[in-house]
Amino acid sequence: MTTTVLPPYDDVVARYEPVIGLETHVELGTKTKMFCGCPTEFGAEPNTQVCPVCLGLPGALPVPNRAAIEATIRIGLALNCSIAEWCRFARKNYFYPDMPKNFQTSQYDEPLCVDGYLDVEVDGEMVRVEIERVHLEEDTGKTLHVGGATGRIHGATESLVDYNRAGIPLVEIVTKPIPGTGAKAPLVARAYVTELRDVIRSLNVSDVRMEQGSMRCDVNTSLTPAGQTEWGTRTETKNVNSLRSVERAVRAEMIRQASLLDVGTRIFQETRHFQEDTGDTRAGRSKEEATDYRYFPEPDLVPMAPDAAWVAELKAALPEAPRLHRKRLQEQWDLTDQDMQSVVNAGAVELIEATIAAGATAAGARKWWLGELARRANEEGIELSTVGATPAQVAELQQLVDEGKLNDKLARAVLEGVVAGEGSPREIMTARGLEVVSDTGALTAAVDDAIAANPDVAAKIRDGKVAAAGALVGAVMKTTRGQADAKTVRELILSRLGVEG
Amino acid sequence: MAAISREEVAHLARLSRLAVTEQELDVFAGQLDVILQSVARIGDVAATDIPPTSHSVPLTNVFRDDVVVPGLSQEGALSGAPDAEDGRFRVPRILDEEA
Repeated sequence: MTTTVLPPYDDVVARYEPVIGLETHVELGTKTKMFCGCPTEFGAEPNTQVCPVCLGLPGALPVPNRAAIEATIRIGLALNCSIAEWCRFARKNYFYPDMPKNFQTSQYDEPLCVDGYLDVEVDGEMVRVEIERVHLEEDTGKTLHVGGATGRIHGATESLVDYNRAGIPLVEIVTKPIPGTGAKAPLVARAYVTELRDVIRSLNVSDVRMEQGSMRCDVNTSLTPAGQTEWGTRTETKNVNSLRSVERAVRAEMIRQASLLDVGTRIFQETRHFQEDTGDTRAGRSKEEATDYRYFPEPDLVPMAPDAAWVAELKAALPEAPRLHRKRLQEQWDLTDQDMQSVVNAGAVELIEATIAAGATAAGARKWWLGELARRANEEGIELSTVGATPAQVAELQQLVDEGKLNDKLARAVLEGVVAGEGSPREIMTARGLEVVSDTGALTAAVDDAIAANPDVAAKIRDGKVAAAGALVGAVMKTTRGQADAKTVRELILSRLGVEG
Repeated sequence: MAAISREEVAHLARLSRLAVTEQELDVFAGQLDVILQSVARIGDVAATDIPPTSHSVPLTNVFRDDVVVPGLSQEGALSGAPDAEDGRFRVPRILDEEA
């Protein structure tokens, strides 16, 4: 393949109109799997959370997990979907060793939830993303490819399979195609996945961690030349493992497709893989066969017919939508729209909320998360929630500041230790000897030394030139290596010299 | 007209990774055709007031509670596997056709 010069993004959106679509998979946080009682905890020894049902052994009969069905209906309701009065599971047949049954139990033409929407805010503007369907299926096993150069499937001589994950309930949420977002398409994609994550987290049905794979996203992208009405051929980009990557993947795919369309090359409907390091997408398997899953209703599972009263009960018990919740927080925290937007953009809403719950003031919590910690997360290109400090630690840090044990400069040093995993703020303050010198005996001695060493300045202060005290404060801060509270030092100097502050 | 063609049988065999000989294709296509034609006769008697049935028992909502039930040990799980390594099932290379 020849190297193509990629057009600038502004140029791409001037000449093409993107249509995007998102398919998101969410692993539910149930205690047991979808169709059997095997545990779902992450990180167990391989093939120790399996049984005849999830291994697909002959004669084993699956029984659906009520908690997973309830969670799926709640997700559907939170996304403004209609809930099916009657629907079935279906077998999706395919030949691949990640499912020992040779099929995945999924839903086909009768999903549990259909026709919803999710409103997302992009640059202060509301975009309604239509939801096509929300259905329930099961996760697959994990394959480890050996014999190849880099653990990749290509060139591998054999594969090793762990079925602990096989059968864990998985919810698939599919949007309708989203046209008309123009240059904002990558931002809309990111805002949608962010909002969806917040909604699902508010329902407490999954930990929705993209970096751990409990939330995975496939991004569909196509381009239509400006002025034309027929949509272009779409590609599906997989391996998009962070919110930031969702945005980058759409952008990269738009640019790539434009570079091909510009020279009259056709876009192939194909699966592409996002490359985290380079930020571009690469073609998946070269000879992917046309899919022929031969879906049919799962004969081992009887139909589901969610009771209308049950659905109504679940709907009535839904938590406040994250968007409305944020509105209320904004009022409580007394923030302007713009300030709240920076909190949202930094991914700090829940972190600040939790920090306040742990005892900090709104201003204190916001200061640390949007200041020092946001800066670090940005520099390292990671989510704020994974920066290394917890809300409880930030609240403790702010408490130490409020108690006068740390000043701003020392607090920053302590926070550095927290992020480095050295312990709690109090532990680090003690271990590193960072506490503000508040022992008045030691401080008074330092003040007396400073007065003795600067008789001229002391005389000025005695004469009423209180502003001159600054020079002595500086001297004391120097001898205490910044570990004194400047305000206390000033008061002490004035009282030693018999002057009213 | 036959309900299933020889080509369709060959396609299904390939999807299921079954090694079917040319001669077997003829036999199976004939047999499957008889089965499908027989089943199709149900359509002759099914009136519009009879909904299609996917399950023979009139049950819905058979669920279980979200409670852990002990399963198999790793040894037990792998005991029927043709090959295993490091506590995992060992399977032949997956992208064989592309090598």
